Amino acid sequence: MKDCIVRMENIVKSFGSVRASRGVNLEVCPGEIHCLLGENGAGKTVLMSILYGLYQPDSGDIYYKNKKITIGSPKDAINLRIGMVHQHFMLVPTLTVAENIVLGQYPAWKVLSDMPAIQEKIYQLSKEFDLNVHPEALVQDLSVGEQQRVEILKALYHGADLLVLDEPTAVLTPQESEHLLSFLRELADKGLTILFITHKLEEVMQVSDRVTILRDGKAIATVNTSETNPRELARMMVGRDVLMELMKKEGESGEVIFSVRNLNVKDEKGLPAVKNLSLEVREREVVGIAGVSGNGQTELALALAGLVESQFDEIILNKHSLTQKDLSRLNHLGMAHIPEDRQKMGLILPFSVSENFIAETYRNEPFSKKGFLQFRTIKDYSNMLVKKFSIRVGDVDEAIANLSGGNQQKVVVARELDRRPKFLLVNQPTRGIDIGATEFVRQQILAERDAGSAILLISTDLEEIFALSDRILVMYEGRIMGEVPPDHNRVEEIGLMMAGKTEATA
Amino acid sequence: MDLLPGILFLQSILAATWRMATPILYAAVGEVFTERSGVLNIGLEGVMLIGAFAGYSVAFESGNLVLGLLAAILSGILSGLIFALFTVTIKANQIVVGAAFNMIGAGITGVLYRVFYAESGKVLSLKTFQPFQIPFLGDIPFLGEVLFNQNIMVYATLLVVPLASFILYKTAFGLSIQAVGEHPKAADTVGINVPRMRYFGILIGTTMASIGGAFLVLAYADQFVEGIVTGRGFIALAVVVFGSWSPWGAMGASLLFGVFYALQLRIQAMGSVLIPYQFLQALPYVVTIIFLIGLTKRRVQSPKALGVPYK
Repeated sequence: MKDCIVRMENIVKSFGSVRASRGVNLEVCPGEIHCLLGENGAGKTVLMSILYGLYQPDSGDIYYKNKKITIGSPKDAINLRIGMVHQHFMLVPTLTVAENIVLGQYPAWKVLSDMPAIQEKIYQLSKEFDLNVHPEALVQDLSVGEQQRVEILKALYHGADLLVLDEPTAVLTPQESEHLLSFLRELADKGLTILFITHKLEEVMQVSDRVTILRDGKAIATVNTSETNPRELARMMVGRDVLMELMKKEGESGEVIFSVRNLNVKDEKGLPAVKNLSLEVREREVVGIAGVSGNGQTELALALAGLVESQFDEIILNKHSLTQKDLSRLNHLGMAHIPEDRQKMGLILPFSVSENFIAETYRNEPFSKKGFLQFRTIKDYSNMLVKKFSIRVGDVDEAIANLSGGNQQKVVVARELDRRPKFLLVNQPTRGIDIGATEFVRQQILAERDAGSAILLISTDLEEIFALSDRILVMYEGRIMGEVPPDHNRVEEIGLMMAGKTEATA
Repeated sequence: MDLLPGILFLQSILAATWRMATPILYAAVGEVFTERSGVLNIGLEGVMLIGAFAGYSVAFESGNLVLGLLAAILSGILSGLIFALFTVTIKANQIVVGAAFNMIGAGITGVLYRVFYAESGKVLSLKTFQPFQIPFLGDIPFLGEVLFNQNIMVYATLLVVPLASFILYKTAFGLSIQAVGEHPKAADTVGINVPRMRYFGILIGTTMASIGGAFLVLAYADQFVEGIVTGRGFIALAVVVFGSWSPWGAMGASLLFGVFYALQLRIQAMGSVLIPYQFLQALPYVVTIIFLIGLTKRRVQSPKALGVPYK
């Protein structure tokens, strides 16, 4: 029998009526990078939270280093040398890096007189692993990437032999992700065992030695990464064949629906984020804006949606020239907006699913008559949308916060598309949602295009840009560097533009 | 021109400032711990009243001020346990429980005072903690009178504030308190018992508030009267915010309140002023709140999990 560092046998865990783990088996070998692959809600995080002592399993056994153990609390896990980097960082922003690292490790009465020595030790460790972390810095002053390095350093400081990372790349830029993955490989080469939760197939292929696929609270299979391929993984993860490439109908684009000339937008700090940007979007056309995150895409979307002030020579929607004031009531002028952050901008989380559906139209007939909401009409309408967009929800009166990310995004998409917009602004439509929902959302966007809408798609996911766009504009430091057709042979050209080379020099 | 009356006026105000600030300072320093642990106790006023009454009745019956102080501390621990039971263990709304404490504090102490003291015909005054001069330092002109001629409970604040600051920032306990108020889940994942830390935060707060209440009867006025705390519990809450949730900040903000309280007392005592005394009494409260509004524009963030029950 193969030696393994962790063996979880027949783990069962329920939350009320929801069965999150239904008899999961998992074996992890020492020194390997082992991916846990599954859609949102497949039970990846729950399984790892059990391993880290945050939840107690209803039944099942855990063996660690060939001993049967119970992990009653995270403290037990830390003592067993298990470290975990959570998806939402477990760092106290108002404390320093060093304080965060020693937090909870000493008895209460301990006076922290040896802080300089601790900081020195952290500094040495940071240098050894090339993590570039400053122990005296306040966590709240650090970037997301740096905070993640602090989390990893925290686990290393506690002497972790097994490191669990929960979707670590979800919050990182492509370059940071790349860096992280190669760093994890180095750690594994030094003998650390790494358990890596993800739903991204490319990451699995790139970084792991073996992968266990979870679906609906069960482990479907464990395979060697070298003996599988993305298509097979996707099928096991979703339970059916997945369209890796969407069918895009050829179609002639029509006349210009939306155009903007010389748009200038400032960012939160008052620095120019969008500089003299001009573009146009035609009927029956998806224009994709590619670029590395942070190059003005967010500000561009906010300005076009009328959510921040901007300066421009001209914006024309549907042959009407718009003023700054018009921008704030764009949804009455035939525009719809699927925003970047569904939780902060797209939805009102404490509200129910049906209240979110009518968030923009509740004042209009038939949802409201003489100032009174028409509950039956609203409910019928909501049930219709839920069905049409196959949103998985128990009841439309349920709070939207209880839905998975993919289903939340479907609610936003359903609400915006059902208004039959002439012009649709879409920003990062599939970020952080699972492969099934991604496929669905992309199909809906294409269907909207085929129905005649003009669509402006902003995405940092190049694959998505290629899959959906008719024309690709590349954005760098607030400017459009050039236009490229969605031809896979020209990826390199796009990559150069994303790094700041103009069309002429690329 | 003769400067002497002006200097004496200033000296008397400054000497009273620290004394006036003391009860608020005790309550506020304790509440810093409560709020840093993520719990908002707006029931401080009630807790202070209960502390004041417990301190007064035990000191009066036993004739021993120290016993009175101990009784106040005990009442504070009891109040804290009840408050924590409701807000941490049962996870009731902190504002509702706090408001209940204010009403119950006023009600219970009012009833007990009337039943046992007000109509008893006894002489109700205590011999309070007396001011004493610090040798040598007390002889310094001006400063000696201002700083070194106070009673023991006022001097004690010089120990309380640095100690509180040290505990909050330089001990494992203090880090844990801060962590459960900012990001309780993070504290949980490193093995800190969040409810237990919040119990401690609350108990420190109510105990200190009770000492502040007891100060009013044992070291300031010499007897209990109904509602003797007169809003100092609420001012302490403001002082915590104004002092950006730090013990030293709370001291500064308390002294600000103290200086205006002393000023209005002095103006009232002059007698010849035409302003109605109600306006003068309101002065320190109004000024503290105006400063608070003006200065909190710096926007020191409150603890992120303040007022939110955990899980």
